[in-house]
Amino acid sequence: MHFLIRFAQVHETFRLAEIEALAIVQGVDLKVLNYSLDSPFCIVQLPSVDAAKRLIQRSILAQSIHELWGTGKTLDEVHEAVKQETPHLWAQYKMSSFKFAVEPYRGTRSSTKRVELINSFRFLGFDGPIKMSNPDETFSIFEQWPHNSVPLGIPDPTEIHLGRYLASSSRDLILKLDLKKRGYISTTSMDSELALVTANIALAAPGKLFYDPFVGTGSFPVACAQFGALAWGSDIDGRSMRGEGGKKSLQGNFEQYGLGACLGDVFSADLTHTPMRKRRWWDGIVSDPPYGVREGLRVLGCKDPEKTPWLIEAGRTKGNDPDYVPPKKPYSFLAMLDDILVFASETLVDDGRLSFWTPTANDEDLEIPVPTHPCLEIVAICIQPFNKWSRRLITYRRIPDARVSPSALEEYATRKTLETNGTTADELNPFRRGYFKKFKAEE
Amino acid sequence: MKILSINFLSCAIKACKSSSDSFPLHAKDAELVQDEIELNPDMIINVLPRLDWAALRTTSSELGFPQLPEQPPTPFELKADETLLKDLHHLLLETQISEGKLVCGNCGHEYAIKEGIANFLLPSHLV
Repeated sequence: MHFLIRFAQVHETFRLAEIEALAIVQGVDLKVLNYSLDSPFCIVQLPSVDAAKRLIQRSILAQSIHELWGTGKTLDEVHEAVKQETPHLWAQYKMSSFKFAVEPYRGTRSSTKRVELINSFRFLGFDGPIKMSNPDETFSIFEQWPHNSVPLGIPDPTEIHLGRYLASSSRDLILKLDLKKRGYISTTSMDSELALVTANIALAAPGKLFYDPFVGTGSFPVACAQFGALAWGSDIDGRSMRGEGGKKSLQGNFEQYGLGACLGDVFSADLTHTPMRKRRWWDGIVSDPPYGVREGLRVLGCKDPEKTPWLIEAGRTKGNDPDYVPPKKPYSFLAMLDDILVFASETLVDDGRLSFWTPTANDEDLEIPVPTHPCLEIVAICIQPFNKWSRRLITYRRIPDARVSPSALEEYATRKTLETNGTTADELNPFRRGYFKKFKAEE
Repeated sequence: MKILSINFLSCAIKACKSSSDSFPLHAKDAELVQDEIELNPDMIINVLPRLDWAALRTTSSELGFPQLPEQPPTPFELKADETLLKDLHHLLLETQISEGKLVCGNCGHEYAIKEGIANFLLPSHLV
């Protein structure tokens, strides 16, 4: 059966990755027949109406799914297609209450023209009452128009579909988890839409265990918990999780949304000195690690132990004081990406997913390469472009050990350890360096 | 900190990682609180094969819970036994250490737990 997914025309490169992930979560056999970044209409093949409803139910970037009745380049072609493919369905809806909707994308239709379009489907022979609110069935005429069709005065759309409405997505969750209404956020909290999309792409689902090693105020665990996963988090800065306590804390956020039962634990820890055991524990790791621009990129240790021996001495004598704050030093951005991949390869279950955000310059010469690991297969790279830089959501799948190439693993083990020349934040982080030089090529 | 979390955390000091004494961490001066969380059998069944059962037995007896059986139940047994399911749910997810310390059995380093949040950051001479 063919269906039409009506996407929102935002975050285009994330849309297929999300819907394909949801097909895995719901165990639905999905085949994408026609998709373009340029259009909100996507034609897919699915086994049943029920599968279509399940597929869309958790989606954030889709708006709705419709049973496809016909597609054509002109209205006549659509009529022909509907008459060929669907006569067996017409009787079913003969007496149902119904309405028709016209949805031109990048074009307009006057109300007279809309009525004309709707009436052209008179041959369907529906005798039920027309109800504009809560009808039994909604039929939509979707039109794809060329770019700028209104100012250019283009008279006709390039493609038309007729679909019967089946179900809506979870796009309303974006408002539910909106940062503006969240009790506790910080400067780098991830917006609710992209956090939810990340949780979907990482296959968060009831009964699964998720972890965010750079948890901050908990945007990702909240999103994973919203989809039923049990979510853990850690951060090198304990204050980010504790907040002011009560409603203004990470736990307060979970309680605000009634998700308290899905909060595993949060704890202070540094990924380079993690207390986590090397055990295949997590179903998913989702994270937005520090880029070193708005928030520092630091790990445990002394920047210059010889110059500041008293810091080390203080650790020995006061290390157990409840208020003791251990010293931290700047860390290499590329080494951190590497550490995340190694950690994920050691702790994800088979087919578990790692989804994390990294920044990169748009200028090819300054681009940060996508990190790789022999145990992790890249599933999707989704890009959110800004002016001179972009951030990417990179998703990997932990492949079972039996399928990991031993030679690749050997090669990886003997890889050149990343050179960490220098000790200052700028020296250690090519992205930060580029960012503050406005991404002008280095001379 | 939930008892479940203790099952996947060891001492953060690299030199301790290879020692079997660094896991599980031992609770000291622990104040326990109980939350009421709705039972999700699939969650427990999903978690079961990932648990280090011997370590869980140690932790649970140190905290004064009734002794767990020597062998972990199979997922099949667990599904059929609602009492066991409830007991494990209570131990792993509903029980939390709100205040106290986790101590490494190898080096003796103490990790403080305050308001349920444990601190695994290390002073410079240990990194």
